Amino acid sequence: MTPLLEVRHLSKAFGPVQALRDLSMKVHAGEVVALAGDNGAGKTTLIKAISGVYRPTSGEVLLRGEPVQFNSPQEAREKGIETIYQDLALADNLTIGANIFLGREPMRRAMGFLPVLDRRRMAEAAKATMALLDFHVNRLDAPVSNFSGGQRQAVAIGRAVYWNAQILIMDEPTAALGVPEQRKVISLIHQLKAQGRGVIFISHNLQDIFAVSDRIVVLRRGVQAGERRIAETSHDEVVKLMIGG
Amino acid sequence: MTTPEPPLRAPDHVSPPADHADKARTALQRIADLRAWLFLAFLILAFELWSRASFGGTFLFNPFNIQSIAIFAVAPLLLATGQTFVIISGGIDLSMGFIMGLAAVVAAHVINWATPGMGLPLAVLFGALVAIAVAAVPGMVNGLLVSRLKVPPFIGTLGMFGVARGVAFLLAGGTTVPVQNSFFAALGNGRFYGVPWIVIVTAVFVLLMHYLLSQTRFGQHNYAIGANVQAASRAGIDIKSHLLRLYILSGVCAGLAGFLYAARFSAGAAQAGEPLLLDSVAAVVIGGASLFGGSGTILGTVAGAFVIAVIQYGLVFINVAPFWQFISVGIVIIISVLIDQAQRRFSGGRQSE
Repeated sequence: MTPLLEVRHLSKAFGPVQALRDLSMKVHAGEVVALAGDNGAGKTTLIKAISGVYRPTSGEVLLRGEPVQFNSPQEAREKGIETIYQDLALADNLTIGANIFLGREPMRRAMGFLPVLDRRRMAEAAKATMALLDFHVNRLDAPVSNFSGGQRQAVAIGRAVYWNAQILIMDEPTAALGVPEQRKVISLIHQLKAQGRGVIFISHNLQDIFAVSDRIVVLRRGVQAGERRIAETSHDEVVKLMIGG
Repeated sequence: MTTPEPPLRAPDHVSPPADHADKARTALQRIADLRAWLFLAFLILAFELWSRASFGGTFLFNPFNIQSIAIFAVAPLLLATGQTFVIISGGIDLSMGFIMGLAAVVAAHVINWATPGMGLPLAVLFGALVAIAVAAVPGMVNGLLVSRLKVPPFIGTLGMFGVARGVAFLLAGGTTVPVQNSFFAALGNGRFYGVPWIVIVTAVFVLLMHYLLSQTRFGQHNYAIGANVQAASRAGIDIKSHLLRLYILSGVCAGLAGFLYAARFSAGAAQAGEPLLLDSVAAVVIGGASLFGGSGTILGTVAGAFVIAVIQYGLVFINVAPFWQFISVGIVIIISVLIDQAQRRFSGGRQSE
């Protein structure tokens, strides 16, 4: 089976600093791959190279077997690769629907001629999309600042889902959240997996990684220190790979 | 357009609890949202009672008073309309007052120059177009400073405040520029079924701005940029071009205000908008906008501008020393910010740090 996303021999240097060296990994449909590693191990560089923020120095990225090159995150997004940022890229004063459609708002004609924002369509799409994530809201006219951290994370994921992202890159999605909220995000990732999407999940929290991932790729100082199936490894082994024991 | 796929549930999902935004808004919050209009109603009622008690006449039901207040509110309201957009985006435009003066002087000169060749109405139309186009230039420079050169709006527009002021006084030769065009005077002081023309022009323009802010992508993006510029940028909104258009719009609002000022007095004056800048910011704040950006409405600003106009006119009407105007408007601003902060606490929303 062709992987949804494949990274082959990817390297990225910033001047003399080799941030990433000869890294290869695959993400299949319906699979959650965790990226683990200490600070500075190259996790962020890797996802930025995949999502179009950086151009890799060498190596290639393949989407469903086709080599792709992105000049901007927008281009990656158009191809279905969406990054969910740790600090939540939401406009707090807007509704869920307005956030999902931010920058691509649907319009309708009022009284047959006057173009106006189609708020009803945004609200309906928001409701349907959030229901897909098992997140049921009635107050679709409330600004997202009224929601909790986990719910806001769900809105950010909902936006990616609505625009049909096939690969979601999640950078520390649970870092800023309390424990119950973390569980909610973990359950959201399970939903995405069940829908056949690919997820790249970056976390410092081994418990979260073991709760949700199928495979784990460990990075150390820019190189791959190891790759394990979650079912066949343990916390101890992963920590040893991370710190190089 | 893509449609979401049918729902699939992971076997071990945890259903999130009902969200707390579902709770109905309290009556208190609704009142806080409408505070500018309540202020306005309260002020009108107070002046009405005072007027009846002290000289047995009516305040509100005197058409002359209503017309005067409306004419009085025209220029501050136009400035405040542009300022509303800028403040929602998280910026501020300090140059509006003198852009208005510049436009008034340019309108006066252009109409005087064009009247002999073009005839009365055409010269006025030409003057209006030139004045507004000239006002758009400092707006565009503000926009370029803020968007491309990352100058903080407060500083960039403060610089433009000085530049526009100097240019306006230079063009006016340090004095007021009288206009010789009877059609212009008729437009500035004439009425249509009892409603002054300049009030009609302002009402139509403000309605258009309300539409722009509340019903279009431009307005929606303006709110998003004010709340979280990074989120707006990640969502693919072109921040630079938005800010450029935003400050041009602000200049155009000031330009229209300057043109209508020149029409009302049949003269252009560089200092036309000097006292109005802070009134315009005050109107926006009383109308419910936050200076941190991300909130505010045109309708709120309309109420805010009328609160100020009613205070200023009403105090003169009941024969109170004019200096009380400053004190009353100041108190209203402070109360309205306090209400805004209390409302944020009550609604549990995040405070901007």
